[in-house]
Amino acid sequence: MSSLSMSTEVPVKKETKDHVNKSVVYDTKNLNLWYGDNHALKNINLPMHENEVTAIIGPSGCGKSTYIKTLNRMVELVQDVSISGEILYRDKNIFDKNYRVEELRTRVGMVFQKPNPFPKSIFDNIAYGPRIHGIKDKKILKEIVEKSLRGAAIWDEVKDRLQENAYGLSGGQQQRLCIARCLAIEPDVLLMDEPTSALDPKSTLKVEELIKELKENYSIIIVTHNMQQAARISDKTAFFLNGEVIEYDDTDIIFSTPSDKRTEDYITGRFG
Amino acid sequence: MQKTVSIKDLIRKDNNKNKLKMGVEKTVPFLLFALASISILTTVGIVSTLLYETFLFFRDVSIIEFFTNTEMKPLSRVEPSFSILPLLSGTVLISLVAMLVAIPIGLTTAIYLSEYASVNVRKAVKPVIEVLAGIPTIVYGFFAFTFVTPLLREFIPALQATNALSPGIVMGIMIIPLVASLSEDAMNSVPKAMREGALALGATKLEVTMRVVIPAAISGIIASFVLGISRAIGETMIVTIASGSSKNLTFDITQSMQTMTAYIVEVTSGDAGAGTTAYYSLYAVAFALFFFTLIMNMFAGYISRKYREAY
Repeated sequence: MSSLSMSTEVPVKKETKDHVNKSVVYDTKNLNLWYGDNHALKNINLPMHENEVTAIIGPSGCGKSTYIKTLNRMVELVQDVSISGEILYRDKNIFDKNYRVEELRTRVGMVFQKPNPFPKSIFDNIAYGPRIHGIKDKKILKEIVEKSLRGAAIWDEVKDRLQENAYGLSGGQQQRLCIARCLAIEPDVLLMDEPTSALDPKSTLKVEELIKELKENYSIIIVTHNMQQAARISDKTAFFLNGEVIEYDDTDIIFSTPSDKRTEDYITGRFG
Repeated sequence: MQKTVSIKDLIRKDNNKNKLKMGVEKTVPFLLFALASISILTTVGIVSTLLYETFLFFRDVSIIEFFTNTEMKPLSRVEPSFSILPLLSGTVLISLVAMLVAIPIGLTTAIYLSEYASVNVRKAVKPVIEVLAGIPTIVYGFFAFTFVTPLLREFIPALQATNALSPGIVMGIMIIPLVASLSEDAMNSVPKAMREGALALGATKLEVTMRVVIPAAISGIIASFVLGISRAIGETMIVTIASGSSKNLTFDITQSMQTMTAYIVEVTSGDAGAGTTAYYSLYAVAFALFFFTLIMNMFAGYISRKYREAY
């Protein structure tokens, strides 16, 4: 897998002021990924910091979804994927042979593009994670369910119908339920792959507000095709194009004074 | 001047054919209804015949006797007696053996194919399994009689030449493809997004299978079990050849016993004259067979509705 020679040195990203005190959660080093012959990610180098929202933007097919799925190794479910380089999560390379992928995914939650609740009751959806990780005590489970649903700002809407099927909820509620499902196992990082693309504007707003709250306790990495969304909720923004990171900086800088012409063209809507 | 073809004109032309179109549109539903009625009418016909002849049978034999007596001697000249219990025990026992083979093997095959096998393995294995379903039952029958029974007798000396165990096992093998194929379809149609949701929570593949995929597919899986059981209850050839014709009320699978279906074969191919009580007993047994299958299907419908996880 590591047969690729690294001919080009990737420019070191400039350190910005508030990085200093925040520890690095995810550090991606020279990551390359292929779907068969298709070189989908090219020499990605990205540090991501604790208690920040990092947005990944870029046009369709730029590799942003592939990248976020690589962070919890869900990308390996696709056939014929090969990867080189490293991703350090809390200083450990997640591609190490001895690294347990289940452990990684227990620490790193993921919210998908389309809400994907299980066809179970609201309660069982939230309790699923804790249960597979060995929590059986009903009282504890009840507490976890309430806490997680409150954390995802959906408790008041569902508290009277916890035993009803999750498919009876609206799309926006289902997505917040999926966020609550992640919170139930108290992850460290939340990965969100275009979490509002299937939602109406009102639900989108709710999820965005939730993300801002969750930032206090979690590190969040969010893929979005919506640039206003990235500008509204993120601290850092990475701009992807054709599988490469074109620019990575503080969100205000990216959206006011980007240093790369292509970033400027994209965020001003000239393409993409 | 070049003649231009207007699309509007073409559409107008087509409109002239509308009368014919409307006629066809009106006739088609009647035609389809008539064809669809055939199967319904056939069912009604069969059930009413069964009911009528069964009614005639119960004029000769009391219904209580039929369900409580333990002796089945339909062709005895001295003292004929009729009881469904020996046939019922044979049917239930052999079907039970068959399902003990078919359910675990069929379900694990389905789990393997749907959740673990690579695309290439699935492509190679599925047709092979389906070949099993294409073997004529008479072949299974003599396979049970000439191969499996002698083999089993090496280990179980008490096993009779005709018995319940061997046809039960072979019938189970015959039903594996049915259970495997239908369960696999049910599991395969569980959306990928659900598996991803569970995997992303740190679930292992087995946990995803047991706690997400199987619960979501349970109604299809139960349906496959029920079809398997119905198939076992209705199976005729294997038991006619390999389980014998002793009408014993026994639960010992090493003994020779007769199922309801095998009884019908024996009596229809034997010398029960039309109009005799033995002749009418066929209908009573057939009606019981129909009734049990019906109850089974209704029960399965209830179970799968109850545990259904709609998605």
